[in-house]
Amino acid sequence: MSALVRRYGWPITLFMTGTTAVWLVVMVILPALVMVEYSFHPNLPVTKRGGPEDYYTLTNYAALFRGIDLTTWTFPNDFTVFIRTIWGASLVTFLSLVVCYPIAWHVAKIAPPRRAAVMILLLVIPFWINEILRTFAWYIILAYQGPLNAALLGLGILDKPVRWLSGSGGVLIGMTYAFLLFMMFPLINAIETLDTNQVEAAKDLGAPTWQIHRRIVIPHAKPGIAVGCIMVFVLAASSYIVPALLGSPGTRWFTETIYVWFFEGQDWPRGSAYAFILLTLCITFIMLVMRLFKVGLADIAK
Amino acid sequence: MATLNRPTGADLLMRVYLFVFFFYLLAPLAVMALATFNTSRFPTITPWLGTTTQWFVALWNDRQMWQGLSSSFIVGIAVIVVSVPIGVAAAMLLDGVHRKARTFLYAVMVSPLLTPGVIIGISTLVFWDRLGVKGGLHLAVIGQSSFIIAYVMLMVSARLQRFDRTLEEAALDLGASHTQVFAKILFPYLRPAILAGAVLAFFQSFENYNVTLFTRGTDTTLTVYIASKVRTGLTPAVNALALILITITIVFAVGYEILRRNQKAKAAA
Repeated sequence: MSALVRRYGWPITLFMTGTTAVWLVVMVILPALVMVEYSFHPNLPVTKRGGPEDYYTLTNYAALFRGIDLTTWTFPNDFTVFIRTIWGASLVTFLSLVVCYPIAWHVAKIAPPRRAAVMILLLVIPFWINEILRTFAWYIILAYQGPLNAALLGLGILDKPVRWLSGSGGVLIGMTYAFLLFMMFPLINAIETLDTNQVEAAKDLGAPTWQIHRRIVIPHAKPGIAVGCIMVFVLAASSYIVPALLGSPGTRWFTETIYVWFFEGQDWPRGSAYAFILLTLCITFIMLVMRLFKVGLADIAK
Repeated sequence: MATLNRPTGADLLMRVYLFVFFFYLLAPLAVMALATFNTSRFPTITPWLGTTTQWFVALWNDRQMWQGLSSSFIVGIAVIVVSVPIGVAAAMLLDGVHRKARTFLYAVMVSPLLTPGVIIGISTLVFWDRLGVKGGLHLAVIGQSSFIIAYVMLMVSARLQRFDRTLEEAALDLGASHTQVFAKILFPYLRPAILAGAVLAFFQSFENYNVTLFTRGTDTTLTVYIASKVRTGLTPAVNALALILITITIVFAVGYEILRRNQKAKAAA
């Protein structure tokens, strides 16, 4: 504090600490804590809050798992949705990594500077376009009478149109499309910093391409891979608009379940509990990746 | 194995892959844009029923769209007003505190960037509801700002790290007040980062959906309008809007890239 005052003087120091405290305490920390606290309450009308029926309970958390029967292999609806979200987000993350890696390698190391610059621009433009619009584009393409069915029918690949928007396929395609660039840029940034001499040396010593990638490029790109995976997984797991537009009732996402509990079920404590479960899922994934790839928080926020 | 070592085979494969990838990346946007000009009531390019610009007129006459647009503008401006001063203050604070405190403070400050938008929206909604404040544009501003401040903070921090602190000390030694030092030295130095932060803040706010979805109450921003239009009452007027937004985005993206490259070149020189 004294160092701050010496550098900035009292008025500015007070302003700085005051506004930052308002931000972090009132806008970040307290809302999160209140949401978590709220999730341990039963769902009561306002008049009964704080009354004898208002006690701390785990009901809202248990609700996610209630009805699981392993003997008959039946799972309640919300739980199925939760598992689908984890599985779907993981799949989208994996697909993004596989699709992006060769492109990132090409842009960062192979393409001549001028062509690389053009490619980066072509990547930046869709990256800046709103997620809803990018999803909407796929809504048009995947429509029953849309261009994809028309093209596949015209080419003779299909003999009758496919309902792309009635299964999980549309959601996964749309999500990969919407979030894959969050994998691309961290990968490019990480691979760019690799010393090309290392690759040349390995080549001269006779290493085949796949060995060069496995032994040199991928280990070097680890922080980029970690950041990309974290970004894509968190965005996919917490996406609302993509499953809402490209999915059907049978392919509901966990965020949609949360939304329904809040605004259709009018059960805010349950919604808060589910939101906290989603947050815990994301934090667990982030910690796991950070430990697995040995990267710090500062690498992620770059 | 042998084919991998022969450069031509691998090169050709890569070239095909690059083409397919960029086609996959850009074709959907082209389809969306093209569908604006088809007379078909449902936005598509197959079949092509006739070329028209009627959907721009339909968009122009849509009162809900104008309402959403003006809400988005109001929220965006309010987010700038809230986020920029706090973001600058937070960056200065972070720069001034002791190293140990800095690591911790930094972690807390960037945490909203790693928090899913829906969670930020929900926690903001629940917290303010307990204080008796209902959802609406004001709450959307608060919710969005809670993570947009972190973006501004990062941008200002990046510039602050290259700041020559001896300038401050020299000015203080020569008898300038702290406020003068801030107004005459630090602020002018930070101005480009602050401006960039303000633009980014507006953009982030304008395109936000997840936080807004939970905090908006019964108000509608442009993104909420688009999402609801796609689900109920979809016509190519939505494509017309998308086309306009994409054009603006491209202009901004290209401008930003040019600016970034110039700065990079300047820094390298």
